[in-house]
Amino acid sequence: MTTAVADAHASHDAHDDHGPAKGIGRWLFSTNHKDIGTMYLIFSLVMFFVGGAMAMVIRSELAIPGLQFVHPEFFNQMTTMHALIMVFGAVMPAFVGLANWMIPLMIGAPDMALPRMNNWSFWILPVAFGILLSTLFMPGGAPAGGWTMYPPLVLQTGDAFPFLIFSVHLMGISSIMGAMNVIVTIINMRAPDMTLLKMPMFVWTWLITAYLLIAVMPVLAGAVTMLLTDQFFGTSFFLAAGGGDPVMFQHIFWFFGHPEVYIMILPAFGVVSEIIPTFARKKLFGHDSMVYAASSIAFLSFIVWAHHMFTVGMPLTGQMFFMFATMLIAVPTGVKIFNWVATMWRGAMTFETPMLFSLAFVFLFTIGGFSGLMLAAAPADVQYHDTYFVVAHFHYVLVPGSIFAIMAGAYYWLPKWTGHMYNESLGKLHFWLSTIFVNLTFFPMHFLGLAGMPRRIPDYSTQFADFNTIASIGAIGFGVSQLLFVWVLVTAWKGSKATDRVWEGSHGLEWTVPSPAPYHTFDTPPKARIADEAFE
Amino acid sequence: MIRKSFLSLLASGFAGVAHADWTLNMPRGVTDLSVETYDIHMMIFWWCVAIGVIVFGVMIISLFLHRKSRGVKPATFSHSMTAEVIWTAIPVVILMLIAIPVAETMVKLEDSRDPDMSIVVTAYQWKWHYRYQDEDIAFYSSLARPSLEARRKQSGVDPFAVDNYLLDVDRRLVVPRDAKVRLLITSNDVVHSWWVPDLAIKKDAVPGIVNETWFKATELGTYRGQCAELCGKDHGYMPIVVEVVAPDAYQAWVDSRQDGTPRVASSQ
Repeated sequence: MTTAVADAHASHDAHDDHGPAKGIGRWLFSTNHKDIGTMYLIFSLVMFFVGGAMAMVIRSELAIPGLQFVHPEFFNQMTTMHALIMVFGAVMPAFVGLANWMIPLMIGAPDMALPRMNNWSFWILPVAFGILLSTLFMPGGAPAGGWTMYPPLVLQTGDAFPFLIFSVHLMGISSIMGAMNVIVTIINMRAPDMTLLKMPMFVWTWLITAYLLIAVMPVLAGAVTMLLTDQFFGTSFFLAAGGGDPVMFQHIFWFFGHPEVYIMILPAFGVVSEIIPTFARKKLFGHDSMVYAASSIAFLSFIVWAHHMFTVGMPLTGQMFFMFATMLIAVPTGVKIFNWVATMWRGAMTFETPMLFSLAFVFLFTIGGFSGLMLAAAPADVQYHDTYFVVAHFHYVLVPGSIFAIMAGAYYWLPKWTGHMYNESLGKLHFWLSTIFVNLTFFPMHFLGLAGMPRRIPDYSTQFADFNTIASIGAIGFGVSQLLFVWVLVTAWKGSKATDRVWEGSHGLEWTVPSPAPYHTFDTPPKARIADEAFE
Repeated sequence: MIRKSFLSLLASGFAGVAHADWTLNMPRGVTDLSVETYDIHMMIFWWCVAIGVIVFGVMIISLFLHRKSRGVKPATFSHSMTAEVIWTAIPVVILMLIAIPVAETMVKLEDSRDPDMSIVVTAYQWKWHYRYQDEDIAFYSSLARPSLEARRKQSGVDPFAVDNYLLDVDRRLVVPRDAKVRLLITSNDVVHSWWVPDLAIKKDAVPGIVNETWFKATELGTYRGQCAELCGKDHGYMPIVVEVVAPDAYQAWVDSRQDGTPRVASSQ
């Protein structure tokens, strides 16, 4: 870090009157978007390994039929915690970290608009996950009712129950504050000549995501608060015996839950939309229609929630509405994919690690999209629902989807962050291992689900043995491969010095500042046009 | 412990070859609607394959032709209204082609009128209870004893040696062939879900709510399924077995049940 600081002082547009504070205070009290972005990213990486370790427990137990390692109740704790940690601890904070680092640099702002809230929204997270993880050691164990927290089952949670609710509240508060910061920053602090439709795609997708977050995180907070009062204060929102309705929880939860899945994928679309043009050396095809497509996806995400509930006993007309609305999502999603392909078409592509991850994203996310279309058809969903087919579907959109995009972004911007090129050969090796093992893990799950294996079971009938063994081998391989990712990140500072532009085809304001980016950038607003002219 | 697990992993590796069951696809099932469901599944699957071949095909061609190492110069085009309209309109048409037959099947699935018989299914943690509405028959159906013993952690019993491991029950649900059977599904505690793939039925059992669904099996046989909604620690251990028998065999079964056979009291 000291070299980075020295570089920052030497560079022409750094203000050396206030560099970073010394010692731990730099991190605890930081209001600097770059430091907070770094903390978000490191936190997310740690959670990725914690959640990943739980996935290893799950896949080890499922490697062969019979119960070998854990009891069913602990198995359920693992599936529940794995999901909560990966969704709220790994994927979402990683995107907030990328937003913190890159949005000010991309729009020419000196920092986030609300820097103290930025500090607050990060430091809530370690507390929230400290509480959540501590439930593993409580009487009755960690929550085991699934990350969806359906009552009445979730009310059977032991001492962990109020801690689960409290930690979910904290995660929600953190997300809402992060989202407010993103919106205020983007709306108010863009370079003077950067109109809305000139904003980079990553900024656009994050703006839309932030609105989704503000719209639905309070809904989740409301749902879990009702669970809390049902448990401790004698209400019966979801208890049939008191006149309540367990299905109402599912409606409220998924009204949050479906936009939530787009919260986890829209910033990924943004990252990939930055990377593909860079390595195709060609402008993003159909920038404006990409914006409209992302907005349409965001709108549709609010009116499709009950497709998670086709088996719950809904009126026919309700099922029809949610089925047709869900199918419609395929249209804007298709537009995105066609535009990426059109961006590659007649470009001059090279295949550095960020590009490889982005290309795998387009291929494998599309496969997840196909299974999504199949799941939209209500009668077929009756067969797919709550089986490994669903597990395969959402892992395809989340792992080679969201997480590959995060890794692509990390490799893409790492030289800008550190000032050094990472080891390209190791990066490529990490890519190929990840891609091979991710498919080995999740592709057989399609077959398992179609053959009739329900999800969230610790043991299964012998007919499912073969594909489960393959999936477990893949999962262990994927898990081990990620250690290589950490190695590449840790050894990045040993790499060659990065230029300001880093990549031959880079475009946009973030590449006009030195590498590593100085502690303070854009103290005076730049002209967005400057980037265009510089990189003609 | 680790060594034992490793050995059993090896052993099952060989056993796996002997028991290989590489099922890839959804069963066609034994009701008219299960076949329709299967057809819908395959129709959408083939649409996806077709779209995939085109999109991935174009992408792969591009990855080969448009690489810098071939010395190409990047083109400068960056938008085309015509292209955007075409690739918005075509998916809309495809979706309409998909949606129409799917909607027709949905209407049939929800039509549980005029059943030949009705069975009340009540879910418990972790077993099923069946009550035949028109007969004096009611019983619990739980995991069969051989599976129950083998399922314990480190039980020492090879699951491959147990018939229908985890998919067998002590008392089966018996129904006649070609009868429209209406199921009234509810729960006594948490949410469960009654699922038999060959009947293409999955319906949640929700406390306080009675859900309705139906099937009409056209082939004799034994059909197995499981609880599909996470319902606690033994969620994986509450299978469902439906035996479809000829109408006269069904009548004989009913008579035998009502002939003083000991049975578990129903719990309405």
